[in-house]
Amino acid sequence: MEKIPILRMGPFLLVTIQVDLYDRLALNLEADLIKTISDTNAKGVLIDISVVSIVDSFMGRIIGNIASMSKILDAETVVVGMQPAVAITLIELGLPLTGVHTALNVERGMELLRAKVNLDDYSSSEDEDGYEPDDQRDY
Amino acid sequence: MGSNIIEILKNSQSTILENWSKTQASAMSFNDDLISSQEIQEQSEELITAFLRNLNEENLGNGDAPEFDEVVESLSDLSISRAKLGFSPKETSVFVNGMKNAIIDVLEAQLISQPAQLYAASKKLNYLFDSFSIVTFETFIRGREEVIIRQTDEISEISTPVIRVWEGILALPIIGTLDSARTQVVMENLLEAIVETGSSIAILDISGVPAVDSLVAQHLMKTVAATRLMGAECVISGIRPEIAQTIVHLGIDLSNIITKASLAHALRFSFQSLKLEVRKQQTPANR
Repeated sequence: MEKIPILRMGPFLLVTIQVDLYDRLALNLEADLIKTISDTNAKGVLIDISVVSIVDSFMGRIIGNIASMSKILDAETVVVGMQPAVAITLIELGLPLTGVHTALNVERGMELLRAKVNLDDYSSSEDEDGYEPDDQRDY
Repeated sequence: MGSNIIEILKNSQSTILENWSKTQASAMSFNDDLISSQEIQEQSEELITAFLRNLNEENLGNGDAPEFDEVVESLSDLSISRAKLGFSPKETSVFVNGMKNAIIDVLEAQLISQPAQLYAASKKLNYLFDSFSIVTFETFIRGREEVIIRQTDEISEISTPVIRVWEGILALPIIGTLDSARTQVVMENLLEAIVETGSSIAILDISGVPAVDSLVAQHLMKTVAATRLMGAECVISGIRPEIAQTIVHLGIDLSNIITKASLAHALRFSFQSLKLEVRKQQTPANR
């Protein structure tokens, strides 16, 4: 059975979805991810959906659920690399994913997570490259 | 009797044409810049030749007769081309009705001693030309509609440019009314551009939008939400005071959308969020 790998990067978890998510796979991912967060005490989750081209309301709900569950377990969720068509679809479905942070690509998503999580090990050295993710996004 | 009339008409083609040209010249103040009088002359001649060639005893008074297909076709072409050239409906209908008047004038002159026959012939010709007029009118409107549709397409294509104003900052000036179809185009263009340029801020300038109702506001909010999903931020600028009033009166909540008074303010805000600074160059005298 197919499984989506969950990679651990320090205090964060990295999930790259490289196949089209069908319902069971999405449910498994949700369960696995939440379990891993709890096991590893992760402080942030980064979900890369840059190759996902098809999305439905169920998918949208799963992503929203993951974000809410992670929040309860004290981890921030960032969804990165959403394709324009997917974004339009989610909006048309009435799923603006309000609880989820978003970023354009993995790199910026990581910066955003670091800024959000405020770890002692991570000094705020992001200023050097001229980009600083801002905090006004989480309305 | 019928053949007599048709004979008369066929024999007096040049007289009809002459009368017709005269009425046209006097009846409509011609737009010389739209069409030359020589062109009109040619069109009239072509039409009248086609008409008289296909006219016979049976179809006099029946515009739907298959013999008149040629006439109807050339009338339609003429009507459409006039619509596209910008003629008024009146000018076009005067053109067609002028032909009827010219023909009846000729008949009147020839049949002055036979009023019954004249009346019967005029009546039939009236029926015939009524149906011609309807064809002309219909095709004229269709021609106009084609022009309108083409213009609409052009407007929606040209009026949604996505401008890269700075590294990481996109601007989208929206001009004209926002409907669902246009919002879709705007949204798609914007999101594509965000991916292409890797921009993190998009400025939606609506100073060119004449009115904002609840639907337009909803479209705007959708665009902002979609931009956020992509991981970029959307700022709306150029909201005119009347529009601000309308939005509040309609009870639309824009509180979770960043709004700025003008494009300049939005740009300044974008610079701040990107930690950029614009300042005046120091002149040597100040040092």
